[in-house]
Amino acid sequence: MPIVLIVAEQQPDGKLRKATLHALSAGKKLAEKTGAQLHAVVLAKDATPLAEELKGYGPAVVHAASAPLFEHYLAETFTPAIAQLADSIKADFVGAASTAMGKDLLPRVAAKLNAAMASDVMKIEGSGADIVFTRPMWAGSVIADVKLTTPVKAFTVRATEFPVAEKSGAGEVRPFAPNVDAASIRSAFVEFKEVKSARPQLTEARVVVSGGRGTKGDFKEIEALADELGAAVGASRAVVDAGWVPNDLQVGQTGKVVAPQLYIAAGISGAIQHVAGMKGSKTIVAINNNPEAPIFQIADYGLVGDLFKVLPELRAAIKAAR
Amino acid sequence: MKILVTAKRVEDPESKIKVKPDGTGIVPDGLKYKINPFDAIAVEEALRLVAKHGGDVVVAAAGSKEVHEQLRHALAMGAARAVWVNHAGPLDQMAVAALLKKIAEKEKPDLIILGKQSIDDDQNQVGQYLAEWLGWPQATFASKTESFESEQEKNKVPALVLSADGKKLRIIREVDGGLAIVDCQLPAVVTTDLRLNEPRYATLPGIMKAKSKPLEELTPAGLGVDVTPKLQILKMSSPPARKAGIRVPDVAALVDKLKNEAKVF
Repeated sequence: MPIVLIVAEQQPDGKLRKATLHALSAGKKLAEKTGAQLHAVVLAKDATPLAEELKGYGPAVVHAASAPLFEHYLAETFTPAIAQLADSIKADFVGAASTAMGKDLLPRVAAKLNAAMASDVMKIEGSGADIVFTRPMWAGSVIADVKLTTPVKAFTVRATEFPVAEKSGAGEVRPFAPNVDAASIRSAFVEFKEVKSARPQLTEARVVVSGGRGTKGDFKEIEALADELGAAVGASRAVVDAGWVPNDLQVGQTGKVVAPQLYIAAGISGAIQHVAGMKGSKTIVAINNNPEAPIFQIADYGLVGDLFKVLPELRAAIKAAR
Repeated sequence: MKILVTAKRVEDPESKIKVKPDGTGIVPDGLKYKINPFDAIAVEEALRLVAKHGGDVVVAAAGSKEVHEQLRHALAMGAARAVWVNHAGPLDQMAVAALLKKIAEKEKPDLIILGKQSIDDDQNQVGQYLAEWLGWPQATFASKTESFESEQEKNKVPALVLSADGKKLRIIREVDGGLAIVDCQLPAVVTTDLRLNEPRYATLPGIMKAKSKPLEELTPAGLGVDVTPKLQILKMSSPPARKAGIRVPDVAALVDKLKNEAKVF
């Protein structure tokens, strides 16, 4: 029986990254189309708690490797471990969520397995050996159907395009001990500097309020509206490039791809690469003082005006409406 | 130190990309081409490193003769030499990584810096394949904490920090929820994120000088690399267009729509 192996991800705080559950549902879909069995793998200092959590989301087997070497993620240590497992269970597909870790790790695993790879997969079609992955090119201006011709195939999935895996059954947790020679590892983890925020994570928030060049670097009104709505704060590339807000707030093809219920873009013109990162949002509101701004072409509701006047009014009106 | 960088030829990121009606590719009419913006950042970082520590930057690219434009651009920025793999036709990420591996084995650089992805394929794979096939450590998504307005940036200080003994590189990686700091022993592969630096322009004297800098021609066959694509693009299409919505006159109308039509609160 063919096997689809999904690589799970532990956050620096020890918890399972939610994007893994989206990758599991993509893996499940792929397994259905190829008549395969779904497996997952987790590497951590102590992988057991995460493996126990994962087994309730669909995989028949969760492979768990616990070792001090896996306390901090490094492509150099994780790659041989996952490749050895993929070889031993004869995995046909190896996939993960398209997170920073997934993007860093999967191509290296693919290289070790001589597998071709599709990144940021949005759709999985076809059946059996003729699986077709759909993925974005040119910042989402083009959608391509691609086929991988190597015996083993690798992929990452865009979490916003697949639902969270449903809880179903209970898989088996199977510990394994990969052979990774610590002496051969030539990279070292030094430190993780967390960007702390009391607000929800951009990629998981129900509402996102984003600011662009129109804020001139003053995010007070963006943040105040976000806090009124319990929303995450996002930003356009111009704002991040200027150093006005931290890098990890950037929404766009080269930043974070988000798909919240409500996306409010204030002072954002709507460059193609920003739009690629948020056009999957259910409802888009654009506030911009330039009536010609391209953002209005994709917004459900557009309001022409100065964001420094509109946002405080909006905040007060929302407060009153609830 | 000797640093190998890449200079992929891509469509200008500002240009509007349209798919051909038959889905076999994009419409080439009126498109301008540039060095992949992430590769320009790689070239810039390499130049800053050799300015500080000494050494040379070698730039590589694959494609038909048009890619000379991008190689000459990197030479005009300050790279010393160019390596051109002459190949017409599609190259997938595995093929490019295999070609770069052969070039790295010939050139024996201390460091390879590439863009984290090219803005056409958006795959984000070549650096990682290359690192694994060379058996080198990797640090993807290299970034820095200083803004583009900072003194460091104005003075073109490299963001990648070489250890005193010259054997190790410290890299700040942009990851989910923060920054991961890693050390890589050299030789290593680094891929660049957007905010690593602001690439310099090619100056007129630079462009003049670039014309006489050496450009070596190689071929996939000569390097012993089979470049048959393992990733086949079956069809391209345009993404479903999002319907433009309506303009609302004021905040009251907006809140009414959000509440009663979109039902988001």
